[in-house]
Amino acid sequence: MIAAVQALLRGGFDRAERALDRLVGPQANPLAQLGALGYFFFWIVAVSGLYLFVFFDTGVTRAFESVAWMSGPQWWHAGVVRSFHRYASDLMIVTMFLHLMREFSLDRFRGARWFSWFSGIPLIAFLYVSGITGYWLVWDKLAQYVAITSTELLDWMPIFGEPIARNFLDATSLSSRFFTLLVFLHIAAPIALLFAMWVHIQRISRPRVNPPRLLGGVVLFSLLAVSLLMPAHSQEPANLAQVPSPVKLDSLFLALYPLADRAPGAAWAGLAAFGLLMALAPFLPRRRQPAPAKIFLDHCNGCGRCVDDCPYEALRLTRRTDGAVYLQEAIVDPSKCVSCGICVGSCPSSTPFRRSQELVTGIDLPDYPLVRMRQDLIANCAAMTEGPRILAISCPHGAGKHLAPGPHLGVLELPCVAMAPPSLIDFALSRGHADGVAVIGCAESSCYNRLGVDWTEQRFAHERDPYLRARVPRERLATIWASTTQKGAMNRSIEALRARIAGLEAKNPSPEPAAPQEEILS
Amino acid sequence: MKGVRLAGVAVLTGLTLVLFSGVARLATFPEYRQIPADSAVVKLSFSHGSDRSANCRRRTPEELAKLPLSKRVPMDCPRGRLPVYTELYIDEKPVFSESLPPGGLWSDGPSKVYRRFVVPAGRHKLEARLRDTARKTGFDHAIERVVDLAAGQSLSIDFRPEFGGFIMR
Repeated sequence: MIAAVQALLRGGFDRAERALDRLVGPQANPLAQLGALGYFFFWIVAVSGLYLFVFFDTGVTRAFESVAWMSGPQWWHAGVVRSFHRYASDLMIVTMFLHLMREFSLDRFRGARWFSWFSGIPLIAFLYVSGITGYWLVWDKLAQYVAITSTELLDWMPIFGEPIARNFLDATSLSSRFFTLLVFLHIAAPIALLFAMWVHIQRISRPRVNPPRLLGGVVLFSLLAVSLLMPAHSQEPANLAQVPSPVKLDSLFLALYPLADRAPGAAWAGLAAFGLLMALAPFLPRRRQPAPAKIFLDHCNGCGRCVDDCPYEALRLTRRTDGAVYLQEAIVDPSKCVSCGICVGSCPSSTPFRRSQELVTGIDLPDYPLVRMRQDLIANCAAMTEGPRILAISCPHGAGKHLAPGPHLGVLELPCVAMAPPSLIDFALSRGHADGVAVIGCAESSCYNRLGVDWTEQRFAHERDPYLRARVPRERLATIWASTTQKGAMNRSIEALRARIAGLEAKNPSPEPAAPQEEILS
Repeated sequence: MKGVRLAGVAVLTGLTLVLFSGVARLATFPEYRQIPADSAVVKLSFSHGSDRSANCRRRTPEELAKLPLSKRVPMDCPRGRLPVYTELYIDEKPVFSESLPPGGLWSDGPSKVYRRFVVPAGRHKLEARLRDTARKTGFDHAIERVVDLAAGQSLSIDFRPEFGGFIMR
């Protein structure tokens, strides 16, 4: 059931993402920048809120007038900023739920990645509290409705000494002091939200908290245009002697309010059920977690490349414990490790050329060690009988999952393509195991393991250690970043590589494969 | 940004504008009517502490002797309060009749109520009564008034002993 929902969502997101990839490229794709956009909208709301606070009168009798003054005579600055403030808040809701659904569709919420999901739950609550308290401050008819319904909802729970809704019983009940408290809440809630956003990204390295300039520019331009064309306005002033009805609701922030004012118990039940479902989602059903990466100190010199490359902050360097001459050693936090293997690919000791009986590297995956990777490569390549022989190094999250080995195609599936050390490509080609190598990972803007595509590209381009050696013939290598729905594009890219190699083979044949035993003993 | 086509950026900007316009529209949509157009609301709400559930009594010397030195207070005054029995009649029909328990962990806090009643706009007879003492029958406070409620009006019935009892606003 969960898998079916995920597949459905994934398909929808994937089509939209690929279309946007074609439009503006993977770097500026807004669907790949939802977290960064959330931060961006937050800062827009924070800065615009500070500006509005300069002109806002916190007294209950003057609040409405001060806001009306901003949107009226001062529309050209304060009015525009007010629209920025409101629409960016609404866009935060949109961004947040899109982000939530996308991460769910990518199955990035279970196993060691539970923390980012779980820590996002209070973030939802803080965002809603921030927005709802903001609506109160305008003190128009909608504010009156929101204030009364919110307090009635809170009063439904028998925890308050006196019904808070009594503050809005009539005009004599509401004091400016209470209103000042609301202003404080509207400042405190976003601070709590920012703190929750900071906690939310603690278990990932290099979190994207700023969108690319191009995307930021498009967002600011569009916000300005909408603020000018559809400025935010107040509704009629609040009047506690009148029922605030009808009101124009904000569907994004206040969708639950009609239910809350008719059946507060049902609203609480719905909220509790949603919160519980969200909190339990990472654990029901619990994912079988592969064994975390393991350090082999005899082969670790504490260089820190694995620490730098880990997308999940699961590795760190500490003082050397084995008496070796090196200052530091890497250690793994098993609770954060998702066993993607990117660290194996980053370790300088991870070279299949090593001349030892037992191929051991500095950091390895117990469930799929480097020695097995080399054995599988040799075996899969040996099974190819027709040239040009292409070795596909793929991951289970991209189009490569559809590949089936054949007489001229060997498939080596790794948890992430960045698990393959660059020397593995060199090994496959220089030892004649394959005539060409196709590295087939996730779509560029939606790498399942966040940084696998980037690291692979940079290693191949000689920008990130460990480098792909210069001697590796680049014309025999292709990187194909394709999502699960891009099977056709992947096949075309493989065929293009095959055709290119066929041309090369005619001029300069690749070496004959070496005997398997030579590879182990060398 | 390398390799980004101007046409692509233009299309993205167009899409963003459409999305943001939709969001701006949703910021004031839909229009929601909390009560029917030709009706009004009567709110009954108060927070009131009733009499203590028992009178103070003087402790006997034997009882005092059993208490720790720091707690030897001659008078024993139970903290608990009585429930507040309240009724509201609208047009001589009972719409609310409840014994409101005292609040607090030790039942020594005020009794509270907050209820909304939607009524058709027009003339109504409102009667509110309250019993906050140990008496078994009758009421300690009552108010009766005929009011003309306009469509959309909100009338509150509060109870403030310091202002003489029930207040209708």
